[in-house]
Amino acid sequence: MASLIAGGVDCDVHPAVPHLTSLLPYLNDYWRDQVTTRGMVDLVSQSYPKNSPIVARPDWRPETGKPGESLEDMQRHVLDPFQLSCAICNPLYGVQMVFSEDMQAAFCRALNEWLAREWLDRDSRLRGSIVIPTQSIEKSVAEIERCAEDKRFVQVLMLVMGDTPLGKRGLWPIYQAAERLDLPVGIHAGSAYHNPPTAVGWGSYHIEDYVGQAQAFQTQLTSLIVEGVFAKYPRLKMVMLESGVSWISPFLWRLHKFWRGVRMETPWVDRAPLDIVRSNIRFSLQPFDAPPEPETLIRLFDHMQSDELVLFSTDYPHWQFDGQDALPEGLTPDLVRKIMIDNPHATYPRLK
Amino acid sequence: MNIQFRESTETSSPLTTKTAIADCDIHPARATRTELYPYLAKRWQHHLEIYGVHAYQGMMEGPPYPKAQPNASRRDAYPPEGGPQGSSLSFMQKQLLDPNNVQLGVLNPLNTGQGIRNHELSAALCSAINDWQIDKWTSKDKRLKASIVVGNEDGMSAAAEIRERAGDKNFVQVLLLSRNVEPLGQRRYWPIYQAAEEAGLPVGVHAFGFGGNPITPSGWPSYYIEEMVGHSQCQQSALASLVLEGVFDRFPKLKMVMIEAGFGWAPSLAWRLDKVWQRLRSEVPHVKRPPSEYIREQVWWTTQPMEDPERREDLFDVIKWIGWDRLLFATDYPHWDYDEPSRVLPAGVSEANREAFYLGNAKKLYGIAA
Repeated sequence: MASLIAGGVDCDVHPAVPHLTSLLPYLNDYWRDQVTTRGMVDLVSQSYPKNSPIVARPDWRPETGKPGESLEDMQRHVLDPFQLSCAICNPLYGVQMVFSEDMQAAFCRALNEWLAREWLDRDSRLRGSIVIPTQSIEKSVAEIERCAEDKRFVQVLMLVMGDTPLGKRGLWPIYQAAERLDLPVGIHAGSAYHNPPTAVGWGSYHIEDYVGQAQAFQTQLTSLIVEGVFAKYPRLKMVMLESGVSWISPFLWRLHKFWRGVRMETPWVDRAPLDIVRSNIRFSLQPFDAPPEPETLIRLFDHMQSDELVLFSTDYPHWQFDGQDALPEGLTPDLVRKIMIDNPHATYPRLK
Repeated sequence: MNIQFRESTETSSPLTTKTAIADCDIHPARATRTELYPYLAKRWQHHLEIYGVHAYQGMMEGPPYPKAQPNASRRDAYPPEGGPQGSSLSFMQKQLLDPNNVQLGVLNPLNTGQGIRNHELSAALCSAINDWQIDKWTSKDKRLKASIVVGNEDGMSAAAEIRERAGDKNFVQVLLLSRNVEPLGQRRYWPIYQAAEEAGLPVGVHAFGFGGNPITPSGWPSYYIEEMVGHSQCQQSALASLVLEGVFDRFPKLKMVMIEAGFGWAPSLAWRLDKVWQRLRSEVPHVKRPPSEYIREQVWWTTQPMEDPERREDLFDVIKWIGWDRLLFATDYPHWDYDEPSRVLPAGVSEANREAFYLGNAKKLYGIAA
């Protein structure tokens, strides 16, 4: 494996909300009463069933509770041994699945407050992502603006599978706010399950949903690019989190070919999709979905024709690698430095 | 686009008079609206006149995403005698088969009886289109071979149609589309795979189709380009379903052809499946081997539309990872995104690989004598 270097930025770690009741202190009286009176249960998404092997490395799985719910564990498992300067917390609590915009807004606000008080306040290396109630664009923008006053929040977080394709114009006020406030928008694997989790319907298995994340990222990149998000918001960065990386180049070759063929349909796309991705889109390293041979990795990075696309991540506590082997074999020391330090800092202005 | 057509048709003759090729994705069209009526019972002719076709999408005529060209086809492909592009055998011979020295042309009729909510009508239309392929095309030009089009949502009647045609040398494969009511690995489609395996026919999965699901996992996109690029994602999900439901394990002699969805995604999908299967195989104990092994042994890809890297030789890495023995050249005639035979492969391919790519793999897969 390539050697880790100290001072890296882990762009994808997952602190877990122990239970919906953990958010009660951060809800107002009305919602606290709703949660208890109605007997609401924990919001756990099918994307991440607690006991699924991929959801926690065996040696990162606690004896009780959810993987990732203890700060001490996160410190012991990643922050200290990987000698990280920062880690960006992306909570995957199932608030996006809620249909009511009022309930969702209350839960998102509580989740962001919980993250600030119970994680960011307790370890200065941690940074946060703002989880937003996408059932309401107005409420999403308000939550972004509210959280952005705390400089430790460094990005906005959305799921790769929501109600509509991410490029749709109705969502643009979110991107406008994010660009204005120096917040990249992180798009994380996972579905709100408001649509079937594949474009050809409902599969049978958890493994199928997980494999399908990569296809969801591909369709979202198409949508974001052809709708013109980056022509309108050229400073906006988007980070594909837990997306896989080996599909990027072949996907872009295809998108580029069709863009050349039918660009009259979307004339506002004023740059080639490849150039847009190189300037505005980044990808987290794990899960690194290529075979272990270094020669394949070298070809894949060469196909990208850029050393700026990939950002270091452990995807803690998900089980993507063993031991300290977060960096696949074959990365040069220069590329390791780019991935672990330079690229994250160039992507997240608020890490300064 | 039209400029590209002119460029490419001008350069088509020099190489192609030398080398015979297979074209594994040709789309024959009907010259008139009622051309299938002689093959349909009166009841269905009447039904079509009164009610039309109700697909798993809302438009009575035309696709939900308007195409980039009329009939999604080349403007230079209108037959001189009239009718839509792809509807004249003599013009297809003149424009495609003769100048490109096509030795084997596989017909994949679209807009037939598939993706229709009335499953009885679906079966009747598919049977009609199969008769029509023989009468109008394969019986008149021996280079052309037909695909058995089946009513995709009713596995039992589809299997019956396959058994009816099994052994008929006019047909070389069974045709499905990628977008159906459920992912293609689901059990409702298994009778199709069983019948195809018994008949020794590959199952082609062509991009497109309507199954009523939003065509992305985040809902309906806005543009035709999103549907077009998205075909490769639909195909990936369909193939993942086939692997993870255990179809290849259950039907070990089954061969599948991924048609018109590109192939650049194939190595990445296989790697991802293998990696995740290592973690989650206890959920799918019926998938006994690493997914990439089934894919390597039982799946082929047609080439068009070829991915188009900035550095064209990057494609060789991808082809090497898939295997030069697994690609089947296709033009997609008469559609607008036609791949011109003389231009698709960058320089630097060995003679053996070139022959396999353009002709040998297809003849072997489809059982056409050398």
